[in-house]
Amino acid sequence: MDYFIELFLSGLTRGSIYALIALGYTMVYGIIGLINFAHGEIYMIGAFTSFIVATTLSIYGFPLAAIVVVAGVAAAIWSSAYGYTVEKIAYKPLRHAPRLAPLISAIGMSILLQNYVLLAQTSDFLAFPALIPEFAFMEPVAHIIGSSDLVILITTAVVMLALTLFIKFTRIGKAMRATAQDRTMALLVGINVDRVISATFILGSALAAIGGLLIASHIGQINFAIGFIAGIKAFTAAVLGGIGSIPGAVLGSLVLGLTESFATGYVSSDYEDVFAFSLLVLILIFKPSGLLGKADTKKV
Amino acid sequence: MLELQNIQAGYGNVQALPDISLTIQKGEIITLIGANGAGKSTTLMAISGIVPCRSGKILLQGKEIQGLAPDRIVAMGVCQVPEGRHIFADLTVQENLDLGSFLRTDKAGIRQDLEYVYSLFPFLAERRHQSGGTLSGGEQQMLAMSRALMARPRLLLLDEPSMGLAPLMIKQIFAIIKAINQEHNTTIFLVEQNAHQALHIADRGYVIENGRIVLTDSAEKLLTNPEVQKAYLGI
Repeated sequence: MDYFIELFLSGLTRGSIYALIALGYTMVYGIIGLINFAHGEIYMIGAFTSFIVATTLSIYGFPLAAIVVVAGVAAAIWSSAYGYTVEKIAYKPLRHAPRLAPLISAIGMSILLQNYVLLAQTSDFLAFPALIPEFAFMEPVAHIIGSSDLVILITTAVVMLALTLFIKFTRIGKAMRATAQDRTMALLVGINVDRVISATFILGSALAAIGGLLIASHIGQINFAIGFIAGIKAFTAAVLGGIGSIPGAVLGSLVLGLTESFATGYVSSDYEDVFAFSLLVLILIFKPSGLLGKADTKKV
Repeated sequence: MLELQNIQAGYGNVQALPDISLTIQKGEIITLIGANGAGKSTTLMAISGIVPCRSGKILLQGKEIQGLAPDRIVAMGVCQVPEGRHIFADLTVQENLDLGSFLRTDKAGIRQDLEYVYSLFPFLAERRHQSGGTLSGGEQQMLAMSRALMARPRLLLLDEPSMGLAPLMIKQIFAIIKAINQEHNTTIFLVEQNAHQALHIADRGYVIENGRIVLTDSAEKLLTNPEVQKAYLGI
């Protein structure tokens, strides 16, 4: 039973990380109907930024808690700057182009950013400092859940709650929902849609950066290519839950994380991806719009 | 109030409007009648800045507004209720109305206007926490008009407000349009296929065919004009 609980909790941890990345995919898709393939790279840049900030601060002997907060904020700001810029130079000029053009532009940005980090940083794996200590109070349950799992779960839950409140109650959150539902009408009530799109990229990038910090600290190493597989997984999770739906992205991520965790635990870690993507195929066959997605029909 | 001078507008390579000129005075109800695809909706979308103008001028109280971003045009007091109503279906009735006053900052005025639309349409107050998509077609039309009123427009553009509604509901909608015009001195530009009803409440009318204005006159004269009767009034 302990083993089952352990797998369950590690699945939730994994799912939480996917969710932080998947939200960026789903929000951008909801607003401009684009799969932002460069989003995984934004997450990777978040991990690198927090690596640089965290190692620098630890040289000066800052306390761990301060390092985590500063690294997280720096990564969120830096990744947001990248997300914002990518949208402005690679997607905005193609807003009225056929759908394939921005998609290819997105893949181009993904390759560009990967190679840029490869050249500017290194092709080696970097040892990421363990930013989350083993808490003493976690001692009795340490065989089931690690301290960093706990931190990841709590951080993700808090971020999700904050995001929900932001989207539900703030002015810009309302503008985002309106734009996602009906862009023409959003323009007609006076919403500056360009600004809403920028805000969406900034928000999604900041979430991905927080995911980058957490997972890098959890796993203990990063390199320039981590964004690719994480991006594909998070994208899978977003499609699984119904792309465009925010609760769908969270649900899809948790389902994907749990599937992988149980597949690894009861079958073999070699089959982790097989199970993950088989699940995607099954969902697409039986419910193409995803778990919480709406069928694409229009009421006339 | 509003003047269109030789407007050419359209998407991509399609030129929907070859040449439109018309004038609307402050406080008037003006109607634009014409067949499907004649360019009525495109005219409204060009005024709102959604469809780009290729040439010509749009003057709002003497200022050129063609080429401005749609949100700037809304900020200048020009609001549109588009064809098909475009209710934010997943948002609540209240949120739909809040979005109507998106650009306003005068809290007291917004509250006052909210009370006004709730008194105009009490069912909206009852269902303020229901999502907009659950309303019937006629109710959605009233919500769409209320949402536009929440912007406190000086010029209200209405695109086919009677489309798809039951006759009784249509009567009610036109009565409300007239009331908005009289109580708030809101200038109204009404695009309609239901020419009969539209001409009954309008001061003047324009007839559009293939993207060109072919006729303009006072509403009473258009109602008795034999050609209009034959083409648009089914007499």
